[in-house]
Amino acid sequence: MAEMTVELVAVERRLWSGQATAVFTRTTEGDIGILPRHIPLLGELVPDCVVRIDQTDGERLMAAVQGGFLSVTGERVSILAETAQLADEIDVEQARTDAASDDEAVRNRGVSQLRATEQSV
Amino acid sequence: MAAELRILRDRVRAVQSIKKITRAYELIATSRIGKARNRVAAALPYAEEMTKVLTALSTAATNLSHPLLTPRENAHRAGVLVVTSDKGMCGGYNSNVLRRAEELQALLREEGKQVALYVVGRKGIGYYRFRDRPIVQDWSGFSEQPTYADASEIGDILVDAFMSEAGQVGDERLDELHIVYTEFQSMLTQRPVAKRVAPLDVEYTEDAPEQLPDYEFEPEAEELLGSLLPKYVKTRLFAALLEAAVSESAYRQRAMKSATDNANELIRTYTRQMNSARQAQITQEISEIVGGADALAAAGSEE
Repeated sequence: MAEMTVELVAVERRLWSGQATAVFTRTTEGDIGILPRHIPLLGELVPDCVVRIDQTDGERLMAAVQGGFLSVTGERVSILAETAQLADEIDVEQARTDAASDDEAVRNRGVSQLRATEQSV
Repeated sequence: MAAELRILRDRVRAVQSIKKITRAYELIATSRIGKARNRVAAALPYAEEMTKVLTALSTAATNLSHPLLTPRENAHRAGVLVVTSDKGMCGGYNSNVLRRAEELQALLREEGKQVALYVVGRKGIGYYRFRDRPIVQDWSGFSEQPTYADASEIGDILVDAFMSEAGQVGDERLDELHIVYTEFQSMLTQRPVAKRVAPLDVEYTEDAPEQLPDYEFEPEAEELLGSLLPKYVKTRLFAALLEAAVSESAYRQRAMKSATDNANELIRTYTRQMNSARQAQITQEISEIVGGADALAAAGSEE
């Protein structure tokens, strides 16, 4: 089965890197799914974005990403984020409060975190 | 005699308590260096990926133009961001970086540019306030542990000032952006440096891969560049803040190490003086007693 290298890096740390069979996310133009041997692509992700990475071992990794970019070159996908959280590090209660916030940045973070943990927004 | 002894004993005690403080600062600084270096390392992957992305973008779309990339003709206002520490006790850290900042400002003025000062850290703010030099904006409270949010806030303000429309009343637009901070080269060498942040010289990766011509952009390349470049500026600022934090701790560790050594030296000197003073006192007392006994004996024999 074809696979590709995926890097998920936030400004302050590298969140995840490894082999994956597919990446799903949403750019400012719309939803996008990336499979191995995708054509080179550079995209800006929406502010309240969720990235789904299907790993080669069948595990599905969800992450909330804020202020991110997506870069695809050959067999390599990098997701650059200003801030990002993996689904299992997210505090759902906190995210729910954030999602109702008046501050746009906080709201975006909350909404993306809720989506990443597959809660209803 | 007894008074001298007491004074010396007080001094030894005072130096000992100073030594406790400097020693504690030294230990704190040592542990902070390690942490700060880890943070620099953790921020590297992002910076590298960012540079790769920009290299790809610039090779794919060759006729890129963006205000942040184009040097302006007759630039007349330059922003200078000076990164200093919040706390003292770090030797020449602040004075070195401030001296470098003065050099840069002199150079910019020679080129006929106005200088707009932006300052990070309480020490720098104090320095310019004391000299009545106008500061456009200042930030403090995070010099030892800067976060990306701090860098982002500074970046937003600076990029906005850079991108604003020209020709307004009291023209506040910056035509250039410089940052002065302390570069961490090794544990022994930290050097104050001045770097131009905008217009940007993107540090493209050396090994530019043979480019695939059909690069796809979402949204269009121009628009993408517009949102990517300010982020790149912020990444550079963040990297500078992190390096400055490591350097600050390294300076502080060294300064506090020598302060502790000096305190040890002082304690030794004062203890010696104290001992010889005590010896002198004892000797004197003995000779007084012996002298007294002699005098008594002499007085007795005369009777």
